[in-house]
Amino acid sequence: MAQMNLLQAINNALVTAMTDDEKVMVFGEDVGHFGGVFRATSNLQQKFGKGRCFNTPLTEQGIIGFANGLASQGSVPVAEIQFSDYIFPAFDQIVNETAKWRYRSGGQFTCGTLTIRTPYGGGIAGGLYHSQSPEAFFAHIPGMKVVIPRNPRQAKGLLLASIRDDNPVLFMEPKRLYRASVGDVPETDYELPLGKADMVKEGTDITLLAWGAQVEIIEKAAAMAQEIGVSCEVIDLQSILPWDVETICGSVCKTGRLLINHEAPLTGGFASEIAATVQERCFLYLESPIARVCGLDTPFPLAHEKEYMPDHLKTFEAIKRTVDY
Amino acid sequence: MQDSNHLSDVQPTNSVCLIENGLIEIPMLQLLDENGHETNKEQSPEIDAATAKRIAATMQYIRLLDERMVGAQRQGRISFYLACTGEEASTVASAAALSSDDMIMSQYREQGALAYRGYTTEQFMNQMFSNELDPNKGRQMPIHYGDLALNFMTISSPLGTQIPQAAGYAYGQKMAAKPALTICYFGEGAASEGDFHAGVNMAAVLNCPVIFFCRNNGYAISTPVEEQFKGDGIASRSIGYGVKTIRVDGNDVLAVFAATKKAREVALANNCPVLIEAMTYRLAAHSTSDDPSGYRSKSEEEKWHSKDPVERFNRWLDSKGWFDKKATDAYLEKSRSEILAAVKKAEKVPVANIDAIIEDVYDTPPWHLKEQLVELKVHVAKYPEHYPKTSGRVK
Repeated sequence: MAQMNLLQAINNALVTAMTDDEKVMVFGEDVGHFGGVFRATSNLQQKFGKGRCFNTPLTEQGIIGFANGLASQGSVPVAEIQFSDYIFPAFDQIVNETAKWRYRSGGQFTCGTLTIRTPYGGGIAGGLYHSQSPEAFFAHIPGMKVVIPRNPRQAKGLLLASIRDDNPVLFMEPKRLYRASVGDVPETDYELPLGKADMVKEGTDITLLAWGAQVEIIEKAAAMAQEIGVSCEVIDLQSILPWDVETICGSVCKTGRLLINHEAPLTGGFASEIAATVQERCFLYLESPIARVCGLDTPFPLAHEKEYMPDHLKTFEAIKRTVDY
Repeated sequence: MQDSNHLSDVQPTNSVCLIENGLIEIPMLQLLDENGHETNKEQSPEIDAATAKRIAATMQYIRLLDERMVGAQRQGRISFYLACTGEEASTVASAAALSSDDMIMSQYREQGALAYRGYTTEQFMNQMFSNELDPNKGRQMPIHYGDLALNFMTISSPLGTQIPQAAGYAYGQKMAAKPALTICYFGEGAASEGDFHAGVNMAAVLNCPVIFFCRNNGYAISTPVEEQFKGDGIASRSIGYGVKTIRVDGNDVLAVFAATKKAREVALANNCPVLIEAMTYRLAAHSTSDDPSGYRSKSEEEKWHSKDPVERFNRWLDSKGWFDKKATDAYLEKSRSEILAAVKKAEKVPVANIDAIIEDVYDTPPWHLKEQLVELKVHVAKYPEHYPKTSGRVK
């Protein structure tokens, strides 16, 4: 075990993957000698050479197009999009190419080895274009997997699993926690399973569900609820697509209540998909309507960031409303 | 920082200097004139009789296939087709100059390259009839071929996406130290997509052994080149990206063959991209959904008929004593009946079993796809007459 922050855990996972398999290549804007704007790829070029860790020109559609071709050739690309706010020029390559490569060729060719890493989310005074949480767009693409870690141990295990999974994975990193989240990380090579939620804390009265940086927010709200005698079950979804319906519905059938929290805007957010599925499967167990505590349906504002965020207080109020329904 | 690109190395000038298009002359390589005579025997590529005859046979076969399949579409037997008439030399002769280990990433009008690689009439038909023998499992519209064994990447409809992909594929070939490269075909219209600029620049900067082969055929559906770009074709762009570039007469087999041979040699020796701009003309409609009479004149088409690549190459073959009229006619007759028989056979083969609908989305179907398949099968079994293609085989 070693103490690492989330960035160091990601760097450690990349070193582990590149040591283990010489076909792993890491690239993107500024990821080479400089080590990335957040330093996630520090020293990789020095360790593994310019051929395997390199800068690309400033073109997101080019980075993902290049990565698709490289993956289909049999290499194992780990492409970085510097901010998930800038992933949209690559949307066509991801939606129409990455995700459909295997299906359209009847399994003859695939981009399964591709992993796209990208920082997401608010809380760093990033305003409209350094704060977005676009996971729901990518959860709507058959063929993609979408994974989000919440701490250093998870980040390493889930990133290694994503790189080695034979399906393209969008790995979204909560940048607010890059340095803020510190914890024990095994120095060994290990993977955490994709498609599985993580039970953070068991409880009996209501299930609280979030992912990435919002997990600590619902944990905080759960502690406040505990004070007034409400027992919350806290779950980290970890994988947005495919998601762990069994764990979530099992929990909701037990507690009878569900609250979903995400930073992304409310309308069309992934909470909508979860709520629809849960009401279908747990209808007779539900004691109250499913609550969503999400970002506003506005662009992400700078000056009003605190007001915009689905924070612990908004979550606490929603817990009380749901339990008292 | 590379000194060559740094501002300090730029030559200053004290007069306002407007650099205009046309200051760099980009000539077009032509080795056969319209009558099939060699323009410069010293420059003509070495090409043996077997290769020359295979190129000629493939061009004739493709012209026939195009004609028959446009007919099949008109009869309602297939939903869509896209002919390459007039452009056969560009795709067939370039494919002939490659190694079979080289990956082909095409746009959609490169059936000539695929046929040269050895794709059979039966394979063409299984794809176009979306039947269960199609390796793509009938999922894509006609002409979206793909074949792993022949190193021909499955086609996708979005334009230009294959350009940065080819750079990536070639980078992987270089890293694996394989003596093979990637050829990437696209049209001059697709070169307006952002992916063209992203891909060609990346290939240059990242030293990727890839041949970008642009079929400048004059039209993107109905839009003529004058409304597509203002510069000197596509060749002027790649020069701007620092990419070695050849412009070639796309209706001249010898010139296309020589240019592609040279491009391959240079790309592999230097780990760099080379762009070939083939000047040609889409004598065909864009697709069976298009009618060119609404946007171009008969006289323009006539002009290009006289530059026909197949006739031109046949004349050259004849001058070498390699053209056998009787054998050619017999080959065409045989191909005609082979195509007809393959159409009849392929249209009788059923579509893939319904289970295939959720295969290959992921390596293995996750829970939600399995659930959706179960629900779908129950529904199909309830209304079998409404889903006749699969209902008889639902288990």
